[in-house]
Amino acid sequence: MNTGPEGCTETHLSAVSQEEHAAEIEETFALFDNWEDRYQVLIDFGKKLPPMKLEDKTEISRVPGCQSNVWLVADVKDTESGPVVVFSADSDASITRGLVAILWYVFSGQPVEKILTFDIDEFLDRLGLIAHLSMNRRNGLFSMVLRIKALAASRSRGAQEV
Amino acid sequence: MSDVQTAPTSSYDVASIREQFPLLKTLVHGKPLVYLDNANTTQKPQRVLDTLWEYYTTYNSNIHRASYQIAERSTHEFEMGREKVRGFLNAKGVEEIIFVRNATEGINLVAQSFGRTFIGEGDEIIVSAMEHHANIVPWQMLCEEKGAILKVIPINDDGELLLDEYEKLITHRTKLVGIVHMSNALGTVNPVEEMIQTAHAHGVPVLVDGAQSAYHKVIDVQAMDCDFFVFSGHKLYGPTGIGVLYGKRKYLEAMPPWQGGGDMIATVSFEKTVYNELPNKFEAGTPHIEGAIGLGAAIDFLNETGMDRIAAYEHGLMEYGKQVLGNVPGLRMIGTAKEKASVFSFTLHNIHALDLGTLLDTRGIAIRTGQHCAHPVMQRFGVPATGRASLACYNTREEIDALARGLIRVSEILG
Repeated sequence: MNTGPEGCTETHLSAVSQEEHAAEIEETFALFDNWEDRYQVLIDFGKKLPPMKLEDKTEISRVPGCQSNVWLVADVKDTESGPVVVFSADSDASITRGLVAILWYVFSGQPVEKILTFDIDEFLDRLGLIAHLSMNRRNGLFSMVLRIKALAASRSRGAQEV
Repeated sequence: MSDVQTAPTSSYDVASIREQFPLLKTLVHGKPLVYLDNANTTQKPQRVLDTLWEYYTTYNSNIHRASYQIAERSTHEFEMGREKVRGFLNAKGVEEIIFVRNATEGINLVAQSFGRTFIGEGDEIIVSAMEHHANIVPWQMLCEEKGAILKVIPINDDGELLLDEYEKLITHRTKLVGIVHMSNALGTVNPVEEMIQTAHAHGVPVLVDGAQSAYHKVIDVQAMDCDFFVFSGHKLYGPTGIGVLYGKRKYLEAMPPWQGGGDMIATVSFEKTVYNELPNKFEAGTPHIEGAIGLGAAIDFLNETGMDRIAAYEHGLMEYGKQVLGNVPGLRMIGTAKEKASVFSFTLHNIHALDLGTLLDTRGIAIRTGQHCAHPVMQRFGVPATGRASLACYNTREEIDALARGLIRVSEILG
């Protein structure tokens, strides 16, 4: 089965827009109407997530609020078209890693302004994930989003100050 | 799936038991609910629900203080609830039955009242390595406050207590033994009678945490000879927010109240307040009235069904489950004590427990995943977490088969 947007794992500095990534994920999800299969899709997304360096999995990079462990290391990189957020993340649970992968697909390599304006809650809701995820996972997911957005916001403010 | 010879439970009609539990008809993701998280909380029979409804629709009123008819009734029903608990535990008197919120609060009451009065610097408290946090943390708090010492009975690889080590831990400074009757994380049933005898030989009182045992086994606190016994109503097919502390009269009388307020006093003046008699001395403020009455209804259900018959049925179910789950490739059972009941704690390959729980949920199967409020147990077995399926009087062999099929499917998905 086709499980995961093609070409997303090739590069952090993605030429593909957030909207395109999001649409791909949504299309893949739409192929399946039962949750066992959808979780399978998520798990397969997770398998395509670029590996995180072991030394990056620290107490500092651990995201609070998860029943499973999630680690996230994010940075802002300057490119010709402006600053983009790149990150590396992982989880020890397969379904959570799939959620991490979704965030990676739609966020990593994207311009900071896009990250701040993209309505991730609405997107996850459209996938049915908000309704289906346990409170634990939702909290973890939102903690991750908050970290990414905070980083983007700090850079966005910094850019304005210069 | 397999044919296990079990105790004679042919007269036990599980279908008619299930009929009494409306929630069991629930569909989850369009599939029949397979509820195997009973060690967490059990579902409620219709008679408990009816009792709560009747209370609020016909005689809701505060107890112990009014002179009108419906308040007479609520007081009577509340105290009947206490009498039913007394009978259920075979306690000598109703004054030995204290209503609390749950087993946890019962232990905290003993720690705060008995502990702060009779345990001092350098004194020792003994618990085991398989305790729920509820029977660890209250004692740690007391030890911190008093400079007392917490000692831990170790367990073997099957999840059984090392009784020789237990006896060695008892010294002339030991002031209390707190021991779980049945482990929520392993299912081990501990030989509490023998352990109580050992402690009593040294003059040491024993608290038994019966949160898991009270709905699986016939409890007789006099035969057991425990000094304190706690359990939660919500695991006993009763409402949440109601629990019981049983204490031998001689201890409860020697213990000071732990919360002050209405109902726990005889007379109050600014010069001197006289406390009420047992059990009211320990029940400050308006209690969980309908909870106590509902717990009484749950006990009626257990008495009618027969605790011994439930225990025999569940034993058969557990033996069946051991065999069926034992055939699931990659499953490692955590907790293989000879004496165990109703709990299957396991890991599957190296699958994260949360993934396990989430994928089983898509099939309508509810189990607990995580560390079961027993971090030391997980550390002892070197596992980050387990999946835990736990049985109650209404579970069936078909549900265990469904769990086994679900686990095999989860292995395929995550393989």
